[in-house]
Amino acid sequence: MEQKKLAIIATKGTLDWGYPPFILGSTAAALGYDVEIFFTFYGLQLLKKDLDHLRVTPLGNPGMPMPGGMEKWMPVLVTALPGMEAMMTSMMKKQMAAKGVASLTELRELSQEAEVRFIACNMTVELFDMEPSEFIDGIELAGAARFFEFAGDADICMYM
Amino acid sequence: MADFDDELDASGLNCPLPILRAKKALAALDSGKVLHIIATDPGSVKDFEAFSKQTGNELMESKEEGGKFHFLIKKA
Repeated sequence: MEQKKLAIIATKGTLDWGYPPFILGSTAAALGYDVEIFFTFYGLQLLKKDLDHLRVTPLGNPGMPMPGGMEKWMPVLVTALPGMEAMMTSMMKKQMAAKGVASLTELRELSQEAEVRFIACNMTVELFDMEPSEFIDGIELAGAARFFEFAGDADICMYM
Repeated sequence: MADFDDELDASGLNCPLPILRAKKALAALDSGKVLHIIATDPGSVKDFEAFSKQTGNELMESKEEGGKFHFLIKKA
């Protein structure tokens, strides 16, 4: 049986949206898929050595559950107050640890161990004046055509 | 529960960690050897069925006992 292929495009740089690419990438690899993740725009944040800067924000996120169902009555403007983002980020991290959810760093390491390949979009790295030295090891810098080389015959392609 | 060659306690771990840890543990075993996995994540029941189907490693047993889930997987 020919090895199946999964191509993922990761575009978001938040604590919550950092999970899907690494969860699905590592799981697919465990199931025997050949996996590539193309990180572009804000998704590049997921490649930085230290991921402590990633946040989750309640602002503009009406689906985010809050303690005591606060999200049902809390005015949107309150979610924009200074400190709200830091508070929600800290609560999310605590909740994840309590529920046995892996850290992003751990899932990223497991992905790399399982030979998931990470590609950083060269154009957005330059656009944001990012230094490839800020990234973890084992990242390939490339463009859209390189992504299609793999995605073109992938069985599954996901945009996140 | 039948005999097994190695054991993995994935209690307290959530998706996808039990599967990822099991994959690693199986990689260290020879073909035909059996891995016993203990998990507390209810989602792991369906996940190990799917893992077995897709990887060809046979799920010999799957049961709940004392609030924990037990799986026996034979390395293909």
